[in-house]
Amino acid sequence: MCGIVGLYLKNPKLKPKLGKMFKPMIIEMTNRGPDSAGVAIYRNPVKKAETKFSLAHNDGSYDWKKIDVGLEKALRCDCRIKKIGNHCILVTNAKEPAVVAWLKQHHPEVRVVGSGHTIEIFKETGLPANVYDKFNLDEASGTHMIGHTRMATESAVTTAGSHPFATGADLCLVHNGSLSNHNRLRENLRREGIDFQTENDTEVAAAYMTWKLRSGATLKQALEDGLRDLDGFYTFLVGTADGFAVVRDPIACKHAVMAETDDWVAMATEYRAIAHLPGADDAKIWEPEPSMIYTWGGHA
Amino acid sequence: MNELDVKTVGVRGINLHLNGLPKNTNEKHWVIKNPMGQHSIAVGLSAPLQVDINGHVGFYCGGMNAHAELTIHGHAGVGTAENMMSGVVWVKGNSSESAGATGNGGLLVIDGDASSRCGISMKGIDIVVGGNVGHMSAFMGQRGNLVICGDAGDALGDSIYEAHLYVKGKVASLGADCIEKEMRSEHISELERLLKAAKRREKPAEFRRYGSARKLYNFSVDHADAY
Repeated sequence: MCGIVGLYLKNPKLKPKLGKMFKPMIIEMTNRGPDSAGVAIYRNPVKKAETKFSLAHNDGSYDWKKIDVGLEKALRCDCRIKKIGNHCILVTNAKEPAVVAWLKQHHPEVRVVGSGHTIEIFKETGLPANVYDKFNLDEASGTHMIGHTRMATESAVTTAGSHPFATGADLCLVHNGSLSNHNRLRENLRREGIDFQTENDTEVAAAYMTWKLRSGATLKQALEDGLRDLDGFYTFLVGTADGFAVVRDPIACKHAVMAETDDWVAMATEYRAIAHLPGADDAKIWEPEPSMIYTWGGHA
Repeated sequence: MNELDVKTVGVRGINLHLNGLPKNTNEKHWVIKNPMGQHSIAVGLSAPLQVDINGHVGFYCGGMNAHAELTIHGHAGVGTAENMMSGVVWVKGNSSESAGATGNGGLLVIDGDASSRCGISMKGIDIVVGGNVGHMSAFMGQRGNLVICGDAGDALGDSIYEAHLYVKGKVASLGADCIEKEMRSEHISELERLLKAAKRREKPAEFRRYGSARKLYNFSVDHADAY
């Protein structure tokens, strides 16, 4: 099962309502994935010289101040933090690889769930409604959002195994389906120097994308290569800095539906998630074709 | 005209109500409001009702339909009119995959595009699609007609038995044991009847016919070594 949803606002006037519009979408997908839920929201871009990290810790009362102070001292940089649930948004002018390396060495229990200029990722086990409330997303303003409700089939129900998975700066992936060649691929990618946090198949797809993009592929090329190298059933929704992309495997038996109006573009596993959006009754609605890469907001 | 609102009575309320009507009811015309993409709306109907669904529906709408005439004024989700027995299901918008799957009879009209696996394992249903169909349509189709006024995706009619396929546009590829066949006068009149029933303006002469080469569904002793 699993449910995936995406909302991209074409009309900038709707930005303050993003969180409110997205909430019924992800909640409608609860019975497709009651184990865990996660969202990526694109908001509050930081300065060019800065990077925004989404960090997570299993302990909701974790003291993020020591990360702030520790990083500033070790990397001689400026940091600011904002705790949201058991996640923390950290903005710094230090280089991304240096921050990741420092965290890994000094605070391995802290997970980097995403990074970039605009992306923020929040994910947690539990019902989508609870997760949404926990991260205060109702009031969220932004340009676009993607989300996932998980019914685990391939690996354990843990926060680390929840979607979205980051695939590079401002990029993330959610997945409905299962991959059958993820063990072999994981081994190959490890040899390319990519780290894994879980035994999850989607993390492998995300790592594959990260590796492709690092090697200089465009998002579209990476997705096209994925159609050849990723074996299994999948509908992927990829969040990018300025929009999102949708791709389905060549058999396309994992549901997907898309809808578009003058104000927004939405993608969901089932139309009922989209039905709550204003103007949905008059939207253009269609099922995305197999092996076809759909993108909104450019950047592919 | 009578109204039922999914928001107030829910899908189960709709189905209990419509299925509870006597076969000879005088309350024949029903309008369903606020379908909100919910699944299994108006399934298993067996009275000659006229049902208008005002909006987009989820999966399996009109499944197992017998005698009723359903119109979906919007998009239809996966498995619309699956296993239909008789009557009419008419989709004014596009439809998701597996429309008319395993249908035994009746008429399914999709004014827009249908997606993949349209008419999969059809057993006597007539399906007319105004637009395109996706890959693997009429897979293992046993009986009935699939009329496609647009293009067909890959592997049309794969492993087909005796369903009749008519395509006006391009066929991306034919599935195993599906071949183009001669359009004889009985096929022209069959197609004429179906296009008229679906209120289409296309002419039968614009279509090509595809069907089974009948080489796959009987065991051939020449293939004994393959097992």
